[in-house]
Amino acid sequence: MNLKNLSINLKNKKKLIPQVLTLLFIVLGISYFAFNAQTNMGNRGISFGYGFLGQEASFDIGFSLIDYDGSHTYARAFLVGLLNTLLVSSIGILIATLIGVTVGIGRLSSNYLVAKFSEVYVEVFRNIPLLLQLFFWYFAALRALPLPEQAINFYDISYLTVKGWYVPKFLWTNFSVFIYSILASIIAIIFVSKYAKKQREEFGKQLPSFYIATGLFFLIPSLSFLIGGVKLNFEIPVLKQMSTTIFNFHGGVSIIPELLSLAMALSMYTATFIAENVRAGILGIGKGQKEAAASIGLTKTQILKLVVLPQALRIIIPPTTNQYLNLTKNSSLAAAIAYPDLVLVFAGTALMQTGRAIEIVSITMGTYLLISLSISSFMNWYNKSVAIKEK
Amino acid sequence: MNLNILKPNKENISIYLVMGVGLLSVGFIDILSNTFFNFNITRIFPEIISYLSPLLLGVFGLHFIRIEYSGNKTLDIINKNLNSSNFNAILSLIVVFILIKYLPLLLKWAFFDANFLGNTKEDCTGDGACWVFVKVWFNRFMYGMYPNAEQWRINFSFLLLLTSIGSIFVFPNKFKKYIILFLLFIFPLIALNLISGGLFGLKLIKTGSWGGLSLTFIVSAFALIFCFPIGVFLALGRRSDLPAIKYSSIGFIELWRGVPLITVLFMSAVMFPMFLPDGTYMDKLMRVIIAITLFEAAYMAEVVRGGLQALPRGQYDAAKSLGMGYWRMHFLIILPQALKLVIPGIANTFLALVKDTPLIFVVGLLELAGMIGLAKTNPEWLGMATEGYVFAAFVFWVICFAMSRYSQNLERKLSTER
Repeated sequence: MNLKNLSINLKNKKKLIPQVLTLLFIVLGISYFAFNAQTNMGNRGISFGYGFLGQEASFDIGFSLIDYDGSHTYARAFLVGLLNTLLVSSIGILIATLIGVTVGIGRLSSNYLVAKFSEVYVEVFRNIPLLLQLFFWYFAALRALPLPEQAINFYDISYLTVKGWYVPKFLWTNFSVFIYSILASIIAIIFVSKYAKKQREEFGKQLPSFYIATGLFFLIPSLSFLIGGVKLNFEIPVLKQMSTTIFNFHGGVSIIPELLSLAMALSMYTATFIAENVRAGILGIGKGQKEAAASIGLTKTQILKLVVLPQALRIIIPPTTNQYLNLTKNSSLAAAIAYPDLVLVFAGTALMQTGRAIEIVSITMGTYLLISLSISSFMNWYNKSVAIKEK
Repeated sequence: MNLNILKPNKENISIYLVMGVGLLSVGFIDILSNTFFNFNITRIFPEIISYLSPLLLGVFGLHFIRIEYSGNKTLDIINKNLNSSNFNAILSLIVVFILIKYLPLLLKWAFFDANFLGNTKEDCTGDGACWVFVKVWFNRFMYGMYPNAEQWRINFSFLLLLTSIGSIFVFPNKFKKYIILFLLFIFPLIALNLISGGLFGLKLIKTGSWGGLSLTFIVSAFALIFCFPIGVFLALGRRSDLPAIKYSSIGFIELWRGVPLITVLFMSAVMFPMFLPDGTYMDKLMRVIIAITLFEAAYMAEVVRGGLQALPRGQYDAAKSLGMGYWRMHFLIILPQALKLVIPGIANTFLALVKDTPLIFVVGLLELAGMIGLAKTNPEWLGMATEGYVFAAFVFWVICFAMSRYSQNLERKLSTER
């Protein structure tokens, strides 16, 4: 640092002192807490470290997407919990978006009954704490479902019982070929839309790109069935008698009630907020926009696709991402109904067994923080890319 | 499909009206007899047609009576609001049919078949809800394990809180400052000592026996009172020119906003005691309130920041040109205006806070939802989960709905004022 800089800094003493004090306060606070933690852990005979992650977990998890049993490590248990959290969040986000968009459009409907119905839905589900909704679905609604022998039957392929929802399992042969075909169709669709855009902008020709894209999306994957050797079979759940009075379903995929009620509560709660965002987005577009579009001869679909949606999405997407983030964070309520998510598996069971509070809580919070920060930075990037570019 | 031949005009509307209303009424009779008398009048038809018959009949009926303008007021209102197109007609019919099918069931469960009288589970003889459960446990749901004889202390604290908040609106501006100072600094002390006791001959009541709905309010009221000043300072910090202060504020805010409340509560329960000097013990409820306060302060900071950003630059310049320093400028000019702008946002934060408090049950504090969880596992009251949670949902709904309506009104009022 040369003298000139130093003199500037000295001149800014007024600015320097508060900053130094703040930093000093933070450093002192952290070191005080760290010192206490060290003494406390020393007294209990444990030392700080993340080495326990490699040890055998020796507890079971009721529901897992990957291979897991008690002989696996704590790190593996963490992964199981994380995947379960991501699973329920993605299901929740999908359903919440569907309900939210429907209800949001419904609130603007010219049909009085539909608008009122949507409004009542929003006002009821938005103003009841999520935890109570979760308890209601789990302890009241799903507990009232019938036993396996009287299961609610959906066309003999799927059964809803008190023990969970049994759905057919997909048995794929050459699954990777199918995935490649989907990727290929997506690439083809991108090319088609680029070509259509070029045709529109250079020659004023309108290609039916939507129909072409839909066709491609179904055609290429179905070709993979015909010539790619992909086969899809279903394993349908079957009712089996275990003993004289106990029945249960075998085969298929069982969606446990915990997952079912958590996904339901999360999506119905978050959908109300998404609905309000959608409504605000559509209301945010002035009538003049639509009239102007109509007056230059665009059709109704074109108005929606080229004028209304691009602008409405710009208003809708940022708050809706926030809701997606909230949903992901709220999925931690799983701990209340024993769905084995990150919090229950790791901050619950694993913490109880190892007693390593600082390490485990910090990993759990860090994971959520990482998810939040990565989604929000992705959204910031996206927002910048769709923002109105003023010329 | 061109259905214009089946469209009424002003001359022949009466014939179409008779036909349409006739079809509609057959559809309604069909669904009513199906729902209430278990008798399917269209059972001679194949199953799928019989199943959809009310809808089909209704759609045709509504199609017949759809006319741009008839002069009949009722008909025009129906056509405009429920029957503007075939799609809308189908939607209206589906909504009406859902109401016919399920609303009576709900009412029957909640009122007509429900039991209100009695003191034990055996008094519930009807098929509907057993509200006796709620009645018997009501005191516990409101006050937790707090001794009955001492409950006036909780009531008095809330009365004091409500009257002092109310008096902000009644008294002239001169006293407002003192009332707010009282609320921020003196009231928490009074309420805390009154409810926990131990002073002035009041019986000491451990926080472990606090509970029920009053705990929800205690936690949210204290968290709100404490999170407000912290939030304001964080917001000022985030907008500061000094990088060290700015980035530590941003870090603090984003840290709390990025994690779920449940992990924060876990932290307060299991990790926080490790950070205290050996041998010191901090009450669990106090740890929870501190955790929720820090958590909500981050959200409050973002709300206040919104208000600070909305103020025009000229306010800052004007204050500076009067020779005001940083603190005087902010406390006399900027904050009073910015905070007024964000009153609805503060109300929304408080709403979120109230909705979040049931979560404290994960660390073993039993507020309303937790008390119901306890009551439903009582051997004498098994199988009462639905009643309990419906009651709790209703209580929270009333509180939250009132608050959200209030903040919406405020928002509307403030947005027209500017």
